[in-house]
Amino acid sequence: MRTLKILILTLCVSAISFAQQTPGDKQTQAITIEGATAHLGNGDVIENALIMFENGTLTFVGSANSKIARKGTIIDAKGKHVYPGFIAPNATLGLVEVDAVRASDDEDEVGAMNPHIRSLIAYNTESKVVESMRPNGVLMAQITPRGGRISGTSSVVQLDAWNWEDAAIKADDAIHLNWPSNYSRGRWWLGEPNVLKENKNYAKEIEELTNYFAQSKAYNANKTTPKDLPFEALNGLMDGSKRLFVHVDYEKGITDAINFAKAENIKHLVIVGGYEANNVAHLLKQNNVPVLLQRTHSRPKGDDHDYDLPYKLATQLVNSGILVGLENAGDMERMNTRNLPFLAGTTVAHGLTKAQALSLITLNTAKILGVDDIVGSLEVGKDATLFISQGDALDMRTNKLDQAFIQGRTISLETHQTELYKRYSEKYKK
Amino acid sequence: MIKKWAALSLLLCGYFSFAQEYVPKNDGVKTNTSNYTALTNAKIYVTPNQIIEKGTLLIKDGKVVSSGASVTIPKNAVVIDVTGKSIYPSFIDIYSDFGIKKPSAASGNRRNPQYDASREGFYWNDHIRPDQNAIDLFEFDSKKAQELRKAGFGVVNSHIDDGIIQGTGVLVTLAASGSDATRLLDDRVGQYSGTSKSKTSRQAYPTSLMGTMALLRQVNHDADWYAKGNIKEKDRALEAYIANKNLVQFFDAGKKINALRFDKLGDQFGIQYVFVGGGDEYELISDIKNTNAKFILPLDFPDAYDMEDPLLAQSVSLEDLKAWNQSPANPKILAENNIQFALTTHKLKDAKALMPNLLKAIAYGLDKTKALEALTTIPAGIIGKSSELGHLKSGAYANFLITSGDVFDKETTIYENWVTGIKDELTAMNTQDLRGSYTFNFDNTAYELEISGEIEKLKSKVKTSTKEYGSKISFSDNWMQLTFAAADSTKKDFIRVVTNVTNPKTLSGKLFYPNGNEGTFFATKQVKDAKKEDKKDNEDKDDKTPTIYPVTYPNMAYGMESLPQQETLLFKNVTVWTNEKDGIIKNTDVLIKNGKIAKIGTNLSAGNATVIDGTNKHLTSGIIDEHSHIATESVNEAGHNSTAEVTIEDVLDAEDVDIYRNLAGGVTSIQILHGSANPIGGRSAIIKLKWGEKADNLVYQNSPKFIKFALGENVKQANWGDNAKTRFPQTRMGVEQVFTDYFQRAQEYDALKKSGKPYRKDLELETIAEILNKERFVSCHSYVQSEINMLMKVAEKFNFRINTFTHILEGYKVADKMVEHGVGGSTFSDWWAYKYEVNDAIPFNAPIMHNAGVLVAINSDDAEMSRRLNQEAAKSVKYGDISEEDAWKFVTLNPAKLLHIDDRVGSIKVGKDADVVLWSDNPLSIYAKAEKTIIEGKVYFDLERDAKLRETIKKEKNELTMLMLQAKNKGLKTKPIEKKEKELLHCDSIDHQH
Repeated sequence: MRTLKILILTLCVSAISFAQQTPGDKQTQAITIEGATAHLGNGDVIENALIMFENGTLTFVGSANSKIARKGTIIDAKGKHVYPGFIAPNATLGLVEVDAVRASDDEDEVGAMNPHIRSLIAYNTESKVVESMRPNGVLMAQITPRGGRISGTSSVVQLDAWNWEDAAIKADDAIHLNWPSNYSRGRWWLGEPNVLKENKNYAKEIEELTNYFAQSKAYNANKTTPKDLPFEALNGLMDGSKRLFVHVDYEKGITDAINFAKAENIKHLVIVGGYEANNVAHLLKQNNVPVLLQRTHSRPKGDDHDYDLPYKLATQLVNSGILVGLENAGDMERMNTRNLPFLAGTTVAHGLTKAQALSLITLNTAKILGVDDIVGSLEVGKDATLFISQGDALDMRTNKLDQAFIQGRTISLETHQTELYKRYSEKYKK
Repeated sequence: MIKKWAALSLLLCGYFSFAQEYVPKNDGVKTNTSNYTALTNAKIYVTPNQIIEKGTLLIKDGKVVSSGASVTIPKNAVVIDVTGKSIYPSFIDIYSDFGIKKPSAASGNRRNPQYDASREGFYWNDHIRPDQNAIDLFEFDSKKAQELRKAGFGVVNSHIDDGIIQGTGVLVTLAASGSDATRLLDDRVGQYSGTSKSKTSRQAYPTSLMGTMALLRQVNHDADWYAKGNIKEKDRALEAYIANKNLVQFFDAGKKINALRFDKLGDQFGIQYVFVGGGDEYELISDIKNTNAKFILPLDFPDAYDMEDPLLAQSVSLEDLKAWNQSPANPKILAENNIQFALTTHKLKDAKALMPNLLKAIAYGLDKTKALEALTTIPAGIIGKSSELGHLKSGAYANFLITSGDVFDKETTIYENWVTGIKDELTAMNTQDLRGSYTFNFDNTAYELEISGEIEKLKSKVKTSTKEYGSKISFSDNWMQLTFAAADSTKKDFIRVVTNVTNPKTLSGKLFYPNGNEGTFFATKQVKDAKKEDKKDNEDKDDKTPTIYPVTYPNMAYGMESLPQQETLLFKNVTVWTNEKDGIIKNTDVLIKNGKIAKIGTNLSAGNATVIDGTNKHLTSGIIDEHSHIATESVNEAGHNSTAEVTIEDVLDAEDVDIYRNLAGGVTSIQILHGSANPIGGRSAIIKLKWGEKADNLVYQNSPKFIKFALGENVKQANWGDNAKTRFPQTRMGVEQVFTDYFQRAQEYDALKKSGKPYRKDLELETIAEILNKERFVSCHSYVQSEINMLMKVAEKFNFRINTFTHILEGYKVADKMVEHGVGGSTFSDWWAYKYEVNDAIPFNAPIMHNAGVLVAINSDDAEMSRRLNQEAAKSVKYGDISEEDAWKFVTLNPAKLLHIDDRVGSIKVGKDADVVLWSDNPLSIYAKAEKTIIEGKVYFDLERDAKLRETIKKEKNELTMLMLQAKNKGLKTKPIEKKEKELLHCDSIDHQH
């Protein structure tokens, strides 16, 4: 009976899952975009720009006044805006389809120490949620597992592919560590007050981590059998092939995480979340540690905190000279990831320039993920992953995409949602 | 030993005087003394206000015969001279659970819901237990009684602290001897109620505070109906409730706002509760006074937080810091406002914790007479026992304390606590007070002996001018033993001293050398150093003048010292989004006067108005959120599949900081909806975000009546886990039947009601009948098209229309049918994929519905999103090419229409309420900030004021942190820090109950 139910459910799910978009074909012909305002992602803006790309790579980015030959298809983009594709780091796109349907949930593996768990192979390129990113300009993401102390290993993908292998921009880029919390919540169901108190196990939890890393180092120094999969995976942090993303909010935790990474000789540390990062700005700066800042669209964590604290955190950190990107983890994170451009837009109302805000979701993020040699800005030699918008893409009023390209491939901006839109708009016209 | 004999003899005396005359006696001859006891030369507090400086208290058979300055002492009186001592009436605690064993919790799986009552022949809800009587469970607890007597108590009224209605209390004395036969003064005193459910039952309903309130109301209606003989079945709970009606009604409010809530509830049924307070009454003192209720105050003042770790310390909120600073003044403030209150040991760790806290309250200004009243005459009066308890007038029980002096002085010792004439000696009265500094000579060396500690638990220090020695002192029955080690501490040479003390000025006795030889011991007490004493007094004075921070509205971060006043304001040269046929007009002036929009035009003259330059700025009407869950303590009553009887208006939380944050996002009005835990949910509250005002003032006057319905996965408990598979309905098919069933019953109910025949008042059906009678509007949480269509058809069958579908994510699929039905849609801009039923939710929903002619709003259902609703509206420009003007109406005029408040708000039109927002930019833009948010001409949010408030918060937090550190340095107790993070409440949030 139970199997039957599951079968029926599976059939239902697959029955309505026909609408996915077909990935764009490899770029065979040069494309030229002329006349648009180009927002490069590196802080520069070119009015009346000329952009050309061939074989998936940008070959020219400059002024339309340049007297050089236009190649291939020429797109007249006067009055429009061109942006590098936005990158959503620390995302769970394609790992869960529907939050409430357990069968569709692949984001959180059993166990506390899971460095060997790889998100990439579970990333569902056919996800309807994934395709809904593209009409807003979100064209790349770092697919990240959740849960445990060490959640696992993420990979950076582009969002238009037949399968995960094709999607990968950088496989197994980073290991994600959830730093022990400085607070623990009272067990209200046992009558304890429902408040946060100091986590008495904090030191012990860090000690466990330190031991785990020590064991891993010892193992990797002299690999013996039997093999230890988690330790093998963790070795990437030591040899610099993987970055360490530490998910941590509080000042004390951030400080301890920085010291931990130093002691462990970890080359690339990234702070993810960072609600109190501004309190240790000098330390972050001094150690060259970038921050992937929590959603700007969130509430302050304390009653006393400034109402606009989450809005202005990015400004504070950027002004302190820290490399900042924006991430969107939290409630309903997958479907909400398409609002990434607006998370950046908000920082403009609270102190940054539009160009700085754009960097938070393009070049800065690419640098933080270690993919800035290929994506993140409109610069010659990088992937032609970009889009044309009718207006300012950081403002929801004007974020309207005409065309988008990933690695030079013209991608579909249709989705399950636009198809329903068309069907039902038609219905009422009859 | 002497002491014990004395106690025993008195004890026997007491016993015999009370023995019932018909009790057979086989262990001797029958004795019957009728002696008096006279305590003479005492300062007697006959009442807190009637004090005899030197008088006699004459008692007999456990009662006061007379008290006064010139009492004739009969010959057969035992006279006890208590010169220099004071006599007070013993204390009374009328909110006690003394001698009542805590009921054991119901067994069974916590997660497995139970919908029906466990008891038979009682009310349908297990948590209504008026049939409980504390006397049935009462068992005298000698140990606890002793603790209480030590703390000064003589009598307690004890109750079973379990359930919403908890039944009657029992009035007992704490006499050290005798039996229940003599200790029980009254076995049915008062009826007790509270907000927590009975531990003895797992019955789900009510899961929320608003459910508790609705249940209490229904019990009162049902009791009335039962009393009139209309219910044929036996209901022992209702019978008891009816019988208890004339008793004094106690209610454990536990916080100020609950006292206001339940006072209002009580007024409906002619019940004046006596409230157990929460210590925060001072924050809303005039409203508390208006309840006319008497209070019982637990004195559980918060300890200071341990602020030594600055990183942890910063997470303590200003609200909690201020509570520490202000709440010891609560009793004083109540007293100043002539609010009568009694004190209780409830919530304290033990009885002896009372006095230090009371002394603290006195240090914060509580008058000592009021303090004494709160422990004696007032509690006696509350339970209607003024003639025999709480004082020492003739005829009162002989319950009194003998003290060394002012009972509210730190140094005072309570010697004896007599209860019904039975003495309990706490500290021997004739014990000499040895405390002080003595000198003595021994082996040609001058020694100093310093004695401190409690009178009978002394501590000693023995030293010479150069050295200190280990020593130990003990003292009882006026015999002192002192042991100290000889000068050379390497040897085991102990010197022992023993003296019988007759006069503490000199200690003279024997001294035993380590070798067993005896010598004499003679020590003389030193005269106190006057200078030192002075200094100490000064220190005490420092303690007595604490700085108290001002109470703000609300009393937390971003609270204001006074509420905003209505202003006359002229916005000059601003872009006005009228939402009227004028559309968006540039370079316009808007005058606000008397809380209304007075004029719109160009070059308006300022008159006495404050002019605000609106150049490059935008003025709009305030945002209205059709679907919010902020500013409420409860969201769901999840205990039944229909809970039309509950209302959010009962449980508003005016102190939710999200109100302030919403204002900062330009929101001025919201509908707080019940959640979606059941098909028929509770009634809404439609409020204005008047930050700082009390809860009742937020609600719209003549507010349109609304109720929440819900469809889909939540109501069929699809995502509640495997345990939630028993409640009807579990399918969408069942949901239709729930509605049909309730409407059918409401129709029948209403017909009976209208027929003029007697009927049982049913709050649930009453509410549903209002829907049928078109007096109440339905806002229904909905997702898929099938159920949307279903509910419209059910409504049509019963000849009414659904007012609003909220969420309505597949509204675009049935927009034509919605237009036909005449229902509006209030939707999320772009939420989807979180449940199976939102697979087809699309961000084009609002535009399609709008284009098809549906009245469309965009709502939040989320405290975070609600402060950015302007941006959510802008998404309709992106996704469906809606004009900016229409998109703006999605969060202003259209929700106003859906809520039937568009005659007052929703547009900038002369005569409407001045609920407006000044924006730095196009309000639909991500770059726009609300600079001023105004409701009825009062500025509730202002960017500049916000900056000042931040400074104040920083300053006050820092100062209070320093004060707490100082408190810790002084040796006061501190507690670990607590960090409060407000939970984000959604449709499916449930109250936290234990």
